[in-house]
Amino acid sequence: MLTLPIYLDNNATTPLDPRVLEAMLPYMTKMFGNAASRNHAFGWQAEEAVDYARDQIAALINCSPKEIIFTSGATESDNLAIKGVYEMYASKGNHIITATTEHKAVLDTCKHIEKIGGKVTYLHVDDKGLIDLKQLEEAITDKTILISIMYANNEVGVIQPVREISAIAKKHGILFFTDGTQAVGKIPVDVEADGIDIMAFSAHKMYGPKGVGALYVRRKNPRVKVTAQMDGGGHERGMRSGTLNVPGIVGLGKAAELAKQEMEADTARISAMRDRLERELLTIEESYVNGSTEHRLPHVSNISFKYVEGEGLMMGVKDLAVSSGSACTSASLEPSYVLKALGLSDDLAHSSLRFGLSRFTTEEEINYAIDHVKEAVSKLREMSPLWEMYKEGIDLNSIEWAEH
Amino acid sequence: MAYSDKVIDHYNNPRNVGTLDKAKTNVGTGLVGAPECGDVMRLQIEVDENQIITDAKFKTFGCGSAIASSSLATEWLKGKSVDEALTIDNMDIVEELALPPVKIHCSVLAEDAIKGAINDYRVKNGLPELQLPKSHH
Repeated sequence: MLTLPIYLDNNATTPLDPRVLEAMLPYMTKMFGNAASRNHAFGWQAEEAVDYARDQIAALINCSPKEIIFTSGATESDNLAIKGVYEMYASKGNHIITATTEHKAVLDTCKHIEKIGGKVTYLHVDDKGLIDLKQLEEAITDKTILISIMYANNEVGVIQPVREISAIAKKHGILFFTDGTQAVGKIPVDVEADGIDIMAFSAHKMYGPKGVGALYVRRKNPRVKVTAQMDGGGHERGMRSGTLNVPGIVGLGKAAELAKQEMEADTARISAMRDRLERELLTIEESYVNGSTEHRLPHVSNISFKYVEGEGLMMGVKDLAVSSGSACTSASLEPSYVLKALGLSDDLAHSSLRFGLSRFTTEEEINYAIDHVKEAVSKLREMSPLWEMYKEGIDLNSIEWAEH
Repeated sequence: MAYSDKVIDHYNNPRNVGTLDKAKTNVGTGLVGAPECGDVMRLQIEVDENQIITDAKFKTFGCGSAIASSSLATEWLKGKSVDEALTIDNMDIVEELALPPVKIHCSVLAEDAIKGAINDYRVKNGLPELQLPKSHH
């Protein structure tokens, strides 16, 4: 049974897995204690639940439970990591290296660092979305304290060479932070093997609840500390004050446990569906995959359908929840900065759709998506003056477009 | 953002999609916007000997509001005289389609396309090009 609309925007957020909800529910009613209450059963119960969640999460990313700092989500974790390192290691230097395709939570935090006197290098990426390791190494100075490169990108799903990056960081005695929001729970992430010092991630991208995330902070080789960004009761080893969101944390823990158990089977099934969707959509004339298809998350496909505009296309597939690199609604009319960083021309960036599958996506939904995208692209091309010109052999670059 | 019913109607049932023969002297073509801005509109009018617009066609690359604005423009143009057509204001389109502020540029493009088509027709027929205030959006 096909239920409309169909959700294919799982890089934005994922539905809560019912098994996660079930684990969370008792901690909202009966077991409502404050995990910091040390002198009664309500508090002990809550603390026990939080500790159990820490174990579940630690098992997923191969760290010690003591290295998990709970936060409100990946944006807070990104802020805590970058600002916290900048403050804690101020005596060592003030230079951070990141990349142009990072999430806004990282880029805007870096902009803030620049405003307060820090220096930031923004590495460019190639047409596949990957950073150049040589450029990374060349950007390092004796003032560099942090390399901040995301594990996998949210728009195109490209996976960066994390192990090579961490090796460079280690060689130069620099900390390596990665925004793992899109990767954790979707592909194997092992902070030991990957050489990660600090990592941000979030529950709601892996079938957990919104409003809870974590920051992994290494305790050994090297021992890393970040300066707290909120003052208060000194929770989470003094790095993040605030009463713990016990039901949320229980949810993140359960989501992590399920991810560990089911990742392999999920990935096999989801990537097969993604590949079929992509293969079918690429039979549409003048359609292109954006970003690397070799180093990519298993559940994402970002495709540009030339000569149709993304927002118009989304309206044509209104029973599909997807997203577009077109930003027709923003005041600037600027399309996706990530796609532009990959070297896409503005018109191709405007013509893109991102499909994000989940463990709940079905073959029937993919069939529906294939049919409806094909239909909408063809309908909109009939209406597109650019398509007509292309078909007449007119070079669109030869036209003097009215700037606006 | 939710679209108005009128935008959805024009998007689902666009009026007057197509191409007129731009080689004909009584056909005027306006092509406005740019691919890198995410919208391009082409609007064409066919004018009879009494200066009445007998046919209008459009093709648009853009969002639903851009498509609806140009579709509506062709509806309004048909049957009007060239001079009457010049009085169509982008705010009329905004009102009719209930466009939100972020989509006002779509209506401006449609007005520009109408004026562009009229000017093309005038120049083809030996009339001086109208000096129109350049719109910025």
